[in-house]
Amino acid sequence: MPTHDVLVIGAGLAGQRAALAAAEQGVSVGILSKVHPVRSHSNAAQGGINAALNPGDSWESHAFDTVKGSDYLGDQDAIAVMCEEAPEEILHLEHLGVTFHRNEEGKLGTRAFGGASAARTYYVADITGQAIMHVLYEQLMKHSDSVARYEEWFCTALAMDEQGECCGVVTRNIADGSMQLFSAKAVILACGGNGQAWKPTTNALICTGDGISMAYRVGAKLMDMEMIQYHPTTLAGKGFLITEGARGEGAHLLNAKGERFMERYAPNKMELASRDVVSRAEQTEINEGRGFPDGTVALDITVVPKKRIHEALREIVLVGRDFAGVDITKEPIHIKPGNHYTMGGIKTDIDGRTNIPGLYAAGETACVSVHGGNRLGANSLLDTLIFGRRSGADAAGRAKRIEGSRPSRGALEAEQASIDEIAAREKGSGRRVSEIKQELGTTMDAKVAVFRDEAGIQEALEIVRRLKEEAKSAYIDDKGNIFNQDILGAIELGYMLDNAECTCVAALERKESRGAQYRTDFPERNDEEWLKHIDLQQGDDGPEISYSEVTITQWQPEARTY
Amino acid sequence: MADYTIKVRRFQPESGEGPYWEKFNVDLEPSLSVLDALLQAKDRDDGSLSVRCSCRAAICGSCGMKINGQSGLGCKTQIGEAQELAEKKASVGSGDGTIVIEPMGNMPVIKDLITDMESTHWTKIRRVTPWLLPHGEPPEREYVVEPESMIDITQSMACIQCGACVSSCLSMEADPDFIGPAALAKAYRFVGDPRDAETKERLHDLAHDPHGIYDCTHCFSCIDACPKGVAPMDQIMRLRRKAGEEGIEDPNSGHHHELAFVKIIEKKGTLDEVALPRESFTFGIKGKLKPSKRAIKEVIGALPTIFRTIRRGKVRSKWIAPHHKLPGGAQDEVKAIYEHAEEHREEFNLYIKGEEGDEEAAIAEGLEPPPHAPASEEAAQ
Repeated sequence: MPTHDVLVIGAGLAGQRAALAAAEQGVSVGILSKVHPVRSHSNAAQGGINAALNPGDSWESHAFDTVKGSDYLGDQDAIAVMCEEAPEEILHLEHLGVTFHRNEEGKLGTRAFGGASAARTYYVADITGQAIMHVLYEQLMKHSDSVARYEEWFCTALAMDEQGECCGVVTRNIADGSMQLFSAKAVILACGGNGQAWKPTTNALICTGDGISMAYRVGAKLMDMEMIQYHPTTLAGKGFLITEGARGEGAHLLNAKGERFMERYAPNKMELASRDVVSRAEQTEINEGRGFPDGTVALDITVVPKKRIHEALREIVLVGRDFAGVDITKEPIHIKPGNHYTMGGIKTDIDGRTNIPGLYAAGETACVSVHGGNRLGANSLLDTLIFGRRSGADAAGRAKRIEGSRPSRGALEAEQASIDEIAAREKGSGRRVSEIKQELGTTMDAKVAVFRDEAGIQEALEIVRRLKEEAKSAYIDDKGNIFNQDILGAIELGYMLDNAECTCVAALERKESRGAQYRTDFPERNDEEWLKHIDLQQGDDGPEISYSEVTITQWQPEARTY
Repeated sequence: MADYTIKVRRFQPESGEGPYWEKFNVDLEPSLSVLDALLQAKDRDDGSLSVRCSCRAAICGSCGMKINGQSGLGCKTQIGEAQELAEKKASVGSGDGTIVIEPMGNMPVIKDLITDMESTHWTKIRRVTPWLLPHGEPPEREYVVEPESMIDITQSMACIQCGACVSSCLSMEADPDFIGPAALAKAYRFVGDPRDAETKERLHDLAHDPHGIYDCTHCFSCIDACPKGVAPMDQIMRLRRKAGEEGIEDPNSGHHHELAFVKIIEKKGTLDEVALPRESFTFGIKGKLKPSKRAIKEVIGALPTIFRTIRRGKVRSKWIAPHHKLPGGAQDEVKAIYEHAEEHREEFNLYIKGEEGDEEAAIAEGLEPPPHAPASEEAAQ
């Protein structure tokens, strides 16, 4: 049985950072991912990473922007930790070799980003996530004697001991289909978000909420699951992302009449208001008939100097050219709000600990909560790194402290039986997995999106529950062992359905409008009743609801204008 | 919507059968991708059709494959364009007009379009010590470096490790031990990084490896294949130039061979194949410097080849028929190109200059002279 002190599931930025931090403490570390680490979705974070590193800036200012951006649902102690530790983390990355943009003096240079009161976003052209992740992978290769990599291994369940502590995971080696039980004194889930439960989405095909679902199934608490970010600038149809960096560099949003409509919604910050604000503004323009016939508005990047576009927005030039047939240096590109980010997730403290001993979570899988109702652009990379590092360090500390128990073979056998059952389903016995996934995605995008109401969410919840039933008999074609992606797709469908159910239940419960949750039937923020987190735990009939306090330290809630 | 037929080279390792071709009919918008077509076939017809994929947006590097014989990303190749190319090929007698999809080359195939990148691509990446090796403790704040140096290596950082360049590499086909375009582009990311303290050691290592930087044959395949504009061959050429600047003597005389090549063209306009080995091995200063023992050995070893090529009329001895000169003032034009290149030593870098053919940006950057008169309506605006 492969045994590690600390086992990290997922190898995006949070996972890799956690593994490196744990290894620094001298414990044995394994990192396991269903794709090769550099394929992870942290790649897609284009714009940059926030830190108050400039002499004129302060972590308090960064923290306040984050609190305000979160619509006061973010926990202020966690936000303080993130913003205070940000500068050191940026310098650490720079020392490891990240090719951050420099100013004329050769020092780190910044760009402006949405919802921020200062230009504090550090970046590598518009491939910031990719650049950081490849540099961390360089470090994993460098430290291969202390961090074992399990590349293309799929995690199907967490293993629990008799005391209710997490002591390992059940996995499938994708290369040969063998099932393997891993033993670990601490397991860190860093599996990313659940965007694939929506269609379209900016998220990669791998973002199926695996970690959130696996944790939920063993009794971990989830939090803020109703908070799903719609990014203001995605391509219609395919859902590809156009970085907020484009607006950071000065691009305008225009409706079909050519009006810079943000004047009416956020006269001060204009295009650089918080994402929820900009997405709602766009959707309002579209709904009220001032959009283009294809249900979009326009992003005009031509106002940015050409030299600057090539230097700082090259990826967007390629996306425009290859996926929309538009030369963004010459004409506006049509965009709309699209599913982008999971603010909620597994409830953790500031060291990544969940309510289950031995189980940690970090990055988009987790909800610390630093993003609350709405995440600021360029805070997600920061979240992954700060809380990835803290989780790794704390998990290593636990591993040094405890004896640890071996997971029972029963967990492995149960998972094997469940996979055999999926493979044994007769063709035509039910629906195809892909059909159910398609219906799930379009349902969520229609009913649980920028604007929501009780009837719509209720309808979505009923559909999700029907799909859960249908998934039990959904059949697959591939019966083999080697690289059986069909089996993995069926398991991922189950993960996505758990995520979607939780989001619907929480969205139905929160009877107010805050951050990404805008209820047309409750259009106002209601601090008196709803300045609290919605926590969910698995019960007999789906998610059971409880509440927890929002930690407020120095910033009292006030009206949110940009 | 339009109907397309894709022909996929399949291999099911557990079937006991060899590879085979299978056609799938799909219907989708021409602007959608070859990957979208594969996923549609997988979703509707056969879930066992296997292809690595994730982001669908040319960022994650999972879906490297060959489409109509060309290496690239499935998600970045539009199905309509792939169809046009397939028809074009059919019109000149190659193929039947259906889009042909195969796994990447230069790598073992595991299943359908899934290849074993670990034993090839990643092993080669690890060969170049792919992490920063700075000297001593890091500074308290950031390393202060030239802004341009970061932009310069960002072109290599844009690599997504998809393997398309490796798949297309002709040198690797001939020499599977060649370190290859992706790993050498990665190496440049450190060699070009002012924070790295082992530049000379890295260059020495890559120049002395018989499968290193001088194993590249300038075929441009990797530049064509790369979906991210990394231009691996350009990075290899930079490594060579830096190795030369460092005065590194490589066992292939690769650096001197390049200098000889450049010098001969400057002088004669076309390649004088008789002069090339001589200039390469005697450092271009005939009679002043004695060739090294190894160079003499190389020349003697090459004698059978030389005689064979003379016999077949591929090269002419200078005593029998001297190398021809360029007609008219053409040699002056060659000289002018050399002078221009000498004055404009900037590297071609997409982060500075923009996409190929973007003249406006090049002019703005002073990389190209401005046009004398607006030639078209567009330029007049």
